[in-house]
Amino acid sequence: MTALFFYLFSTVAVASAFMVIAARNPVHSVLYLILAFVNAAGLFILLGAEFLAMLLVVVYVGAVAVLFLFVVMMLDVDFAELRQGFLQYLPIGGLIGLIFLVELVLVVSTWSISPDALQVPLASNAPLEGITNTEAIGRVLYTRYAYFFQAAGLILLVAMIGAIVLTLRERAGVKRQDISAQNARDPKEVLTLHDVPSRKGLPESVS
Amino acid sequence: MTIGLGHFLTVAAILFTLGVLGIFINRKNVIVILMSVELILLAVNINLVAFSTHLNDIVGQIFALFILTVAAAEAAIGLAILVVFYRNRGSIAVEDINMMRG
Repeated sequence: MTALFFYLFSTVAVASAFMVIAARNPVHSVLYLILAFVNAAGLFILLGAEFLAMLLVVVYVGAVAVLFLFVVMMLDVDFAELRQGFLQYLPIGGLIGLIFLVELVLVVSTWSISPDALQVPLASNAPLEGITNTEAIGRVLYTRYAYFFQAAGLILLVAMIGAIVLTLRERAGVKRQDISAQNARDPKEVLTLHDVPSRKGLPESVS
Repeated sequence: MTIGLGHFLTVAAILFTLGVLGIFINRKNVIVILMSVELILLAVNINLVAFSTHLNDIVGQIFALFILTVAAAEAAIGLAILVVFYRNRGSIAVEDINMMRG
């Protein structure tokens, strides 16, 4: 059963990853990217990392992929023109990819972990029996890796501020409401009372 | 047939290679290059989680969590830079990114 689901998830993940780089329309690329992430979350569940699987769905599908989709739809770009060099780079890219894949598979298939490494895990980090994956991560993340956790939050804060600073622009000629200026207006400065003489009207200098 | 560490590592290797290949063959489209980088980081995360389960050590998943954080920040900053670049040049082709050439 596990094998069936593994092959299902991995096949769909690899196929959609291929479509990400091969799709003609970038909107389709983003949708295939979402499919790849969902299937990777399935692989994580098979590995027993439920918390990271949910995090992958929430963070990647919910935030990053939607951000990509937003930018792709916001930019009015002729994407057909951008694909001109596709066939030109395909041979060299395919060659490098093939060599890379063969090397990686050779490394994975011929290499084995020494039994000593399996015998001596970092004992305090090993997930305890009877607690969920989320609880195991929380016990380590909030104690031993608390500073790293804070640093990760700081990175996200800096990224957020950076994105805002980069994309915010003050357009000239836009009329905006200035509430403090409105509240600071004093009737004495902007309002004058005049006695208008009958049949003469106000002198030119006042009106 | 049991699914072992090697199966997951092979899937991660294929995803990583597809990401690198995507950078190579989509040399003009910055958005697809950014998506390829996300694929590469996903492959790295699969590797880390697979080893975390195999070695029975939760630290791999902690590390994957931090990589997820950095990937999200990188996507946000990269897309912000892309939007600013498009606003200035009216194009996102990689070949047009030569304003700083002396």
